[in-house]
Amino acid sequence: MVTSEASRALAWRDAYVNLAKTVGLAADEMLLADGSIQPLWQPVIEHFETLEKSDIRDLRQAALRLIHENGITYNVHGDPRGTQRPWELDPVPFVISSDDWERIESGLVQRAKLLNLVLDDLYGPRNLINQGLLPPELVFSHQEFLRPCAGIDASRELILGSADMARGPDGRIWIVNDRTQAPSGSGYALENRGISTRLFPGLFGRCKVRRLAPFFRSLIKTLNQLSPTKGNDPRIVILTPGPLAETYFEHAYLAAYLGVTLVQGDDLTVRDRRVWLRSLAGLEPVDVIVRRLDSTFCDPLTLRSDSYLGVPGLLEAIRANNVALANPLGSGVLENPGLMAFLPRIARHFLGEDLKLPSSATWWCGQKTECQYVLENLKNLVIKSINRSPNFGTVFADRLSAAELQVLRDKIKANPDSFVGQERVAFSTLPCLVKDQLQPRHAIFRGTFAAIGKGEFTVMPGGLSRAASGLGDLDVSPRAGGVAKDTWVLGDAPEAFASLWSEEGDRHQLAADERNLPSRSGENLFWAGRYAERTEGTARVLRRTLQNYFDGISRNDGVHDQQLNIMITALHTITETLPLSKSLEAGSRLADSYPEDELLSMLMDQQRIGTLSATLRSFINACYGVRDLWSLDSWRVIDSIDSQWKALQQSKAVFLFSFPNELNSLITQLMALTGLNLESMTRQAGWLMLDTGRRLERSLLLISLLRSMLLERRGESHDYLTMENFLAASDSLVTHQRRYRSQPNAESVLSLMLLDENNPRSLLYQVARVQNHAALFPGKKSTDPLLAEDKFLLRAHTQLKLCDVHELAQVDPVSGRREHLDKLLKNLTTLLIGVSEGMTLTYFSHVKSTSLLG
Amino acid sequence: MTPAVMKIYKIRHNTTYRYDGLASICHNEVRLTPLNMATQRCVSTSFAVTPTPATTDEFNDFFGNRVTSFSIQEPHEELEIEFNSLVEVTPPRWLGASEDPTAWDTAAEQLRSQSGAKWAEVRQFALPSPLIAPAADLRNYAAPSFTKGRPLAQAALDLMHRIYAEFEFVSGFTTISTPLSELLQHRRGVCQDFAQLAIGCLRSLGLPARYVSGYIETAPPPGQKRLIGADASHAWFSVYHPQAGWQDFDPTNNKQPNGQHITLSYGRDFSDISPVKGVMVGSGGHEIDVAVDVIPSNEFQSQTQFQQQS
Repeated sequence: MVTSEASRALAWRDAYVNLAKTVGLAADEMLLADGSIQPLWQPVIEHFETLEKSDIRDLRQAALRLIHENGITYNVHGDPRGTQRPWELDPVPFVISSDDWERIESGLVQRAKLLNLVLDDLYGPRNLINQGLLPPELVFSHQEFLRPCAGIDASRELILGSADMARGPDGRIWIVNDRTQAPSGSGYALENRGISTRLFPGLFGRCKVRRLAPFFRSLIKTLNQLSPTKGNDPRIVILTPGPLAETYFEHAYLAAYLGVTLVQGDDLTVRDRRVWLRSLAGLEPVDVIVRRLDSTFCDPLTLRSDSYLGVPGLLEAIRANNVALANPLGSGVLENPGLMAFLPRIARHFLGEDLKLPSSATWWCGQKTECQYVLENLKNLVIKSINRSPNFGTVFADRLSAAELQVLRDKIKANPDSFVGQERVAFSTLPCLVKDQLQPRHAIFRGTFAAIGKGEFTVMPGGLSRAASGLGDLDVSPRAGGVAKDTWVLGDAPEAFASLWSEEGDRHQLAADERNLPSRSGENLFWAGRYAERTEGTARVLRRTLQNYFDGISRNDGVHDQQLNIMITALHTITETLPLSKSLEAGSRLADSYPEDELLSMLMDQQRIGTLSATLRSFINACYGVRDLWSLDSWRVIDSIDSQWKALQQSKAVFLFSFPNELNSLITQLMALTGLNLESMTRQAGWLMLDTGRRLERSLLLISLLRSMLLERRGESHDYLTMENFLAASDSLVTHQRRYRSQPNAESVLSLMLLDENNPRSLLYQVARVQNHAALFPGKKSTDPLLAEDKFLLRAHTQLKLCDVHELAQVDPVSGRREHLDKLLKNLTTLLIGVSEGMTLTYFSHVKSTSLLG
Repeated sequence: MTPAVMKIYKIRHNTTYRYDGLASICHNEVRLTPLNMATQRCVSTSFAVTPTPATTDEFNDFFGNRVTSFSIQEPHEELEIEFNSLVEVTPPRWLGASEDPTAWDTAAEQLRSQSGAKWAEVRQFALPSPLIAPAADLRNYAAPSFTKGRPLAQAALDLMHRIYAEFEFVSGFTTISTPLSELLQHRRGVCQDFAQLAIGCLRSLGLPARYVSGYIETAPPPGQKRLIGADASHAWFSVYHPQAGWQDFDPTNNKQPNGQHITLSYGRDFSDISPVKGVMVGSGGHEIDVAVDVIPSNEFQSQTQFQQQS
């Protein structure tokens, strides 16, 4: 139906052109002056024109699903939707021609060279200031000019940087911002690319889009060469502020992608003027730090003394040239927007060239005439603080009221050195998918460069673009609702697929080098294992309790009431929670009370420690703390557990009847995760920690459940039901039936659950597994003397092996309890807690507080 | 003109930290080596740290002060740092209040038109620094001293007199992070506060001013022996005069240094040149003991005997 398609396309184009006219037709990237489509954009637009409304819906959903599955997030502080906000990607790429790209590339390389020279000068001889090319106040009042870092020769090379740029009404590309502190965006660009190639596989090939992997390959090479020790296999780490940082996802993603270790400040220590990683195997030397933590936080001794994110003594190692930082401390001084006013002169001074890509016209208020100009033309300008500050972002002065303008004017007059005015450039617009239509939106592209050898740079052919959310809006920040876009730089010929690890195979999906597994990551994995098992165990007991509850409703007899009472008591015991209402305390009869509230609370109350929801949250947090170590599939399961439970939390009405299904699904997913990890994690330190945590927790839960349910003799009919409940809650009812083909009795239950070495649910099985794992822990040799935790394990194992089931099953005629069993279980609890504490001391004791002396 | 009389001082500065628990590692940076300058020469300096540091480095900081950095890598509960120096001081010749031809407001106005390396260095001291930001209340406080057209040296001297007269020396009332606006209200503090207050006033008027850390010789009461460790760290301020250079004023003692002051280091404020600082990795708090002796050469002999007897 050619005609209908053509008319649909026409209608669509008319709508787009009309909207583009309202913000300036000439400024649209896709349209020519007469409203027709640029040849460059033709393939992309033709592709969209073949799409039905339903296809567009599918496309959008596919994009959302991919983002969700990959777990791409951006932490927006103070966001009402919660700190972690899913990344928003507009599926239409920003298409850049190879001609434009040539200009951008050479302009950005020039800028990188120039900024590198400025950095070297400011932390070296400061000729720019002494010779009057830069006013001293502009540099000396900038918070990122770090005096303790001046004069360190080995550490002032710019390695990574980026610049936000946009096309102005004159068709030229203008630089809006320089990012040299710890530029973000390259990891997001990779993710966006991964998504857009999956959304448009054919189109991507037809357009001959340039690939990103070669850029990262040269980045790895550069990082390797930075190592001051010049060894063959330098240790590279990415230093992150931690999971609460805005771009933590990217830190974790890049660490996994580049195959380097993700660390936080207290994973590192300085000894003998060297930086060391506290790893599970002890201290490992670190050669290169990719810094995603702002400089001032990096060393509490010499920089911000209130920082708990840094490494005390880091500057000692830097001064001794024993560690390289990318970027060096203090590189944020180049982000000062006031520099832009002076760059053209500096470019002529250093390079004898004019800037190939001009910066937005900038007036620094520290100069009298310029300040006067800014104050008089305030309404037409964008005002920025020379320091990046959470309290003063980019201010579009035309949007301010008269009163707000006055406040701004007073601020500038009170501290003119701190402000610049910049020309408000009306950036070009790009097509964005808005509902099911393409509409023009203003957009900015972030170009990223990296050093390749001394003073030489390469540019990533592509990168992160951002578009504003509303028609005519200029603010593209995520805070203002801006969305991300992939950027397609068109090449002359299709590029062959190139993996980052062309020679060694694709390590993308694999965990980072385990040689360097930081203690913190080991501990997180250990606790992820413990919490996963605690969640699963709690869910099983809850599921069985609910079944008893529903059975009791239909039968309404004393026997079921008592069984429900026993189950709820067991639930409280294993989760170490206290009953919500007094009437539920052991011994009282349930018939008089309402167990619904209690059950609901044990399921859903996030504030009450020990409930399923609270334990699940701890599990998710532990997983997020080692975001870089999970395989993509594992993360998908973790994320789906998280989002399903969150959806349940947010649903308006919650019915107990729906929970058996929810619990089934949760248990299945947790088991799937265990299975995935079993299949995808190498049997190295990380997996050993995870599985040890799991086994220890399972042992402790089992002991606790046994003590709560099987110590007391309750009489023939009750005992049978209790044992059945116990077996069901421990996922062993079927096993028992198959093995014994009879009603459970104390002896059969205890031999199956305590002593059966072949039952993966038995206590002996767990202890034996932990013992095997412990022998393989990092840094251990079979000839070493036993550590405290090994001794505890040996004792636990021996006690279990030596015990007599017949004796354990005996009920003391006086107390009516199984006293032998009680004694054994008490002993085992002490021993197993000893194992956990021993491991913490041996492997995890990295979390030490620091205090300031002075 | 009578030739200035040179004086020699022996300085002992002992700092002892006692931790509540065990520290596994400790990184430190100290600025306790007296500066060499026109009116002061550091003849010798030596230091001893217990436990023995695993690493020790010495370098000059951004302002040219001598920094000693060291790290202790063995578990320890106590850290003792002792610096001993021998210093020659010549009483400086300051620009007299009556001989100053430069109005303070002219100096402030012309500051930014001064170029070259020397002035670039000076101009940074007129800017806000971590602990000292120019403010309206500081400018108002300074106003009576800085009347229109008044010579800079005279105005600064008057500011020093007023701080001495209007503020009470009370230790323990302020900390180093007490804001200047609070100090202005309570009018109580110690030498660091008075120095930083004056610097804040001067910067609020657009004048470059810096913080000086050092010692001052104190005389024991007549007829009594000097008590060991009775002295303390001292601080004062300095303002830049376009013709005469840096001019020092001690508002705590109401005088310009006259041979009894020993300069350790200078910076924008205390945070640039804290004499002793460190970060300890371990748990719990700590106590600190500081003992300083500034002993003039004529007392060396008796001092030595005194120490031997005790």
